[in-house]
Parts: sequence; C-alpha cells; structure tokens
Amino acid sequence: MIWEEKIECMAPADLKNIQSERLKALTEYVYKNNSVYRKKFDAIGLIPSDVKTIDDIRKLPFTVKDDMRDSYPFGLFSMPSKDLSEIHVSSGTTGNPTVVGYSKQDLKLWSNVMARSLCCAGALPKDTIQIAYGYGLFTGGFGMHYGALEMGLSVLPTSSGQTKRQLKLMNDFKPRILACTPSYALYMLEDAAEMKMDPRKSSWEIGVFGAEPWSESMRHEIEDKWNMLATDIYGLSEIIGPGVAQECAYKDGLHIFSDVFYPEIIDPATGEAAPEGASGELVITTLTKQAIPLIRYRTRDIVSITHQKCICGRTSPRISKIKGRTDDMIIIRGINVFPSQIEHVLLSVEGVQPHYQIIVDRKAGRLDEIEIDVEVDEKFFSDEMKKLQGIEHKIQKELESVLSVFAKVRLVEPRSIPRSEGKAKRIIDKRTI
Amino acid sequence: MKISQISVFLENKKGRLYEVCRLFGENGINIRALTIAENDEFGILRMVVNDPEKAIKVLKDNGIVAKQTEIIAVEVEDKPGGLAGILKELEDSNVNVEYMYGFVEKHTDKALMVFRFDNIDEAIKVLTKNNIKIVAKNDVIKL
Repeated sequence: MIWEEKIECMAPADLKNIQSERLKALTEYVYKNNSVYRKKFDAIGLIPSDVKTIDDIRKLPFTVKDDMRDSYPFGLFSMPSKDLSEIHVSSGTTGNPTVVGYSKQDLKLWSNVMARSLCCAGALPKDTIQIAYGYGLFTGGFGMHYGALEMGLSVLPTSSGQTKRQLKLMNDFKPRILACTPSYALYMLEDAAEMKMDPRKSSWEIGVFGAEPWSESMRHEIEDKWNMLATDIYGLSEIIGPGVAQECAYKDGLHIFSDVFYPEIIDPATGEAAPEGASGELVITTLTKQAIPLIRYRTRDIVSITHQKCICGRTSPRISKIKGRTDDMIIIRGINVFPSQIEHVLLSVEGVQPHYQIIVDRKAGRLDEIEIDVEVDEKFFSDEMKKLQGIEHKIQKELESVLSVFAKVRLVEPRSIPRSEGKAKRIIDKRTI
Repeated sequence: MKISQISVFLENKKGRLYEVCRLFGENGINIRALTIAENDEFGILRMVVNDPEKAIKVLKDNGIVAKQTEIIAVEVEDKPGGLAGILKELEDSNVNVEYMYGFVEKHTDKALMVFRFDNIDEAIKVLTKNNIKIVAKNDVIKL
C-alpha cells in the first residue's frame, strides 16, 4: 500500500512543478519572516523573485548546524514562539542544544510523512505497532506515534527500556510492527533468551529501524534471529525527526519524500553538486515547513542518490544507507555525540585538561558503550583514592547530563593517548556497523 | 617532623611499577617504605624515599604524574596492642587516618609506620602530648 500514491508515484515533471512552486513560496516566506535568512540573502544580493524553479535552489545559501546553535533558541524560527504546537531539542555540538519547533501544520506534515514511511515499510491500517523509541524531547517516539495514528494503526507506546516488559507486551498484544533502534532490536534477543522465548516466533513481522547507522550484516542478523523484515528509516530532528526517508520491502535505497524534503548531494569540500550516483553530503530543503523551515541544510551525512523508479512503483528519489559523516559526530544509542561536547565538560571540571579519547564499542548483543579515557594531570592528581574516584564520578555525572547517555570515565597516564602529527586521535570506534 | 611522601599515578597495566623502580634505581634513589592503593583501572603508588626532591624531578622528567604529600612516621611498640594504643589517642581527639603503612626496617626496637592524616598538625599535637615518638626526617632517610 502507498499512503500518498498521487504524490509518491507522480511523474517526475509534475513533481518538479510542485517543488518549484513550493521553493518560490518558501523563499518569499523566509525572506519576510526570518532575519537570519534575510541577512544571508542580502549578503549575496539575492531577492526572492530570483528563484523561479527548483533548479534555482543552487543560488540559495546553505544552512549549517552552527546557524542553529548560534541563533539559539528562536533565531531560526520564522514564526512567533507563541504560535508553536510543539518543541523538541536534541543535544548540540557544544553548549546550546539544537531546537526544533513545530506549528500545527508542521505536526500534520510530520504525521503525513511518518504515515508514508510506515506504509512504505509495509504496515497496513489496523496493524498494531510497538514503538520502542524514546518518547520525550527526542523526536523518535512522538514522530512514530503521530504517523501511526495518522494511518490508523493501533499503538503500543512502550518507549525505550524495560526490555522484559517490552517482550511480555509483545507476547500479549501481538504487534506486527516494531519501531526502535537496530541495536536495541539485537539487544532484546538476550532478554528473550533469558525469558526462554523463541524469538523466531515473535509477533513482529516488520521492523522500522533507525536513529543510528547500521549495516547490511546487522540487518541480516535481525531478520534471521527475529524472523522479520528489517527496514531502515532516516530522519534528523533539524529537518523534522524520523520520516525524511524510508525503505520499502525491496530494501533498495530509502525513498526520500522529495515533494517536501528536497534533497541535493554535494561535494562537501566545494559545495558543488555531485554527479548522479556519486557519494556526497546530503543537503535538504524543507519545502513546506512553517516554524523552522531550513534552506539547503547540510546534514553532514554522506549518501548517494538515485532517481530511477523503484519496483514498488514509487518515483521518489532514493538515498543509500548513510555511508559516513563529514564531521566527527558519533551516534550512541540514537543520541548524537560530538567530541566537542565532551571537551566542554572536561574543561568545566577543575584541573582537568582536555586530553581524552572516546572509545565506542558494541559487544555482541549489547547496546553501544562509550568510555572516555582522560589523562591524569598533576593539577588534580591526589595520593588519595577517594579523591581520584570522586573526579571520575564528577566527570561521569556531568557528561551524562550533557550527553543524555552514560559514558564511563577512566583515568589514564599522561601522554598515553596516542598522538599523530601532534593531533590526538579523539575517537576509537570499535563497532562493526 | 613532617616527612615527604611521593605518590605516583600508575595505570593498571604491565610494566608500570617496574618503570618507576627502574628510574629510581638508575638515579640512586632508595625506597624506604611503599604501599599501593588500587582499583580495577589504576593504582596510586605511595613511597617514602631518601631523596624526595630528586625523585619528583626524575619522575616528572619522564612524564610520570607524581606529587609530594606531608606525612609523619611514628614509632609503634612492636607488641600486641601497640598500634591500637596510638589509634585510640587519635580517635579520642577526632583525628582521622586517611591511610598508613609500615617500614620494613626498624629504626630502634620499635616498628616504624607512616601515617597520612586529614589534619596533620592536629595529629602531631595529639601524638606529642601522648609521648608517642615521631621520627625525624633525617632519621628516616638514614634508615
């Protein structure tokens, strides 16, 4: 089933007309309502009427993550905050979180693209969906929830955690759809074994997995062990949350809803368009959002794109799975972590120097773990064990409140963190993704 | 009266203790007493040495984190209840022992122990008042 068949299977020329009209309206809208964009346009001498078709998008300036951070909290809003319906925030790169606001119409858009996504994954009205993404400031839980309601699913909003209860509810209510991070899907296998459940007999037939990078081998493992179809969903809170792109049952790229989220692939070094099929940075323009519309937002995710029609019938372009990042962001259990955040915390603890290394690991069947090795410095070294352990705990506590994920802190000897060409290697990612 | 203790941060991995001892050996620094406090990941090596200033320099020159702390060395009657007698006086005066350890050699016929207090000056007062002998810095180094 295709939720918005008229749009999702539209002839490319018609789609282009819609995109062109929407881009023209968007350019005028942000120029009128947002001072940050007005300044950006004025700086390059661009007026909204210069934009006539979607191809003119290349004339427009990029938006980057720092624009969001620098204008925290309301600078990128094109709408007064009193008119908002909902606000979500995700962790920012240093001090300020990234904020994303939704108008009533934005929530309708989110419900719509999430309904398209769930349908694309294979959900049918009257199915039951178990949503094990976190509900709260994180966009995963609520986005899924709105989409599920929109398409007439019955929702089991279990949120994340309490694995044994998740499994018991699955047994009792027999949801056909599971939505969570792919690593959590694997993690749940251990509890299933403890509960003497046969995972291959679970009620889940389709998984909608996202919020972190995962590989084909992980997909095979989930599909084999749970006896279900594992599909990939893509989204980022800056754009809307989950519901930007979704795989269909053919699992040959993620259908990006380009009538509302216009994708470009660029060479991250030059900003020029990458040739069709080549890998580059995904740039997205939100064509119809009201509260925080973004023009040419640089996602820093590396993907490739194809415009060929899919066997499923959808004509929308398809992006590949995320192949990498243009920055040093790492994703732990669906949460974005930047080394700069960790550095910020270390510097806030007295005497601690920012000599550190982040080690990320994913042991078989376990959730991702993060350890921060911090070099001991004379300024805080003590002959008393309790003082050193106190510092470890203090850093751990600060990190957890900033990152929203537990990171184990380990003190190491000075200069034990390898440096190459004077620059320390900050991240050791041992995960096989 | 106070003597200087050297504390060294050691990661809990192979060869670290040897490294410190090797450096001391090569630089003619003699360890008079030592103890290690450790957890799963790291240890704190605490030592009384004959030349603390030099020891600190050698360690720092070799990139090892080290620190000097003031402690006192006390003569303890080498018989049952000897240590208890001293601890009682401290207990009664509300002076806390952070940790302590013993010397291998004896200064006299009494045992010699190193004490790290939360309040060293108060501890010295209590011990002196109770005629408990605190060993002089030079005597410790000469051991």
